[in-house]
Amino acid sequence: MNITQILFWFLSALTVFSALMVVVSKNPVYSVLWLIFTFFCISGHYIMLNAQFLFIVNIIVYAGAIMVLFLFVIMLMNLNQSSEPKKHRWLRMAGVVAGGCLLLVLVAALKNIDIKKQVAETNTGDIGLIGNLGKVLFNQYVVPFEISSILFLSAMVGTVVIGKKE
Amino acid sequence: MPINYYIFLSIALFVIGIVGVLTRRNAIIIFMCIELMLNAVNLMLVAFSKMHHLAKGATDATAGIDGQLFVFFIMVVAAAEVSVGLAIIVMMYRNIHSVDVNFLNRLKH
Repeated sequence: MNITQILFWFLSALTVFSALMVVVSKNPVYSVLWLIFTFFCISGHYIMLNAQFLFIVNIIVYAGAIMVLFLFVIMLMNLNQSSEPKKHRWLRMAGVVAGGCLLLVLVAALKNIDIKKQVAETNTGDIGLIGNLGKVLFNQYVVPFEISSILFLSAMVGTVVIGKKE
Repeated sequence: MPINYYIFLSIALFVIGIVGVLTRRNAIIIFMCIELMLNAVNLMLVAFSKMHHLAKGATDATAGIDGQLFVFFIMVVAAAEVSVGLAIIVMMYRNIHSVDVNFLNRLKH
């Protein structure tokens, strides 16, 4: 086991554990904090894959902006753990069984694919650097990039319209 | 790292997100589980882009760069989605004083 493999297994275990804690936590504020931790672990995976731009964007956009928005909304609503009624026990069990079946089917389908010998390169490769991504983004993908600005504008207008008191 | 480890890690994260959507009733937690599923897909796309770059990078220097740009666009769409979705949840809380999705079944009538 070299250092990359140790880091990979450590980060993977941490990611799955914190993702489970998001679902299991009773208090929504704890769920948000665990989800932020999950995003940091996924950012760790990005930096291991040498995707430095996505590492920074994941921390700034997801952990920085989106999760703070969630936290604001939760604190605005003053939710506490007693306010959430539980789903019926059988319904919860059915949900877990359905998810487990999906996991079983996907793992069984992908267990023996011939892509298994392929390797995702770690620590090397420069396609994740911001210069290389920017060159392709502003040449090949400039139209989707501009359209996403229109998407943001419409999201802003929609948020204001929905959130306005009538 | 072998690509199948990344595939199974992403599947695990995705399934945890699905189980969260199916078992919780709080609308905010359901929304957070959707974010978790989006992140599982992002991780998968980045791992595949690095795999493709290793396979084809000798002939094409930008091989695999599309995957990382798709992740960037998914983040853009997710940010827009979260702002609108949280506005809808705040509106729902203002009207029915709860974020329990079971109260929303009155939309049927």
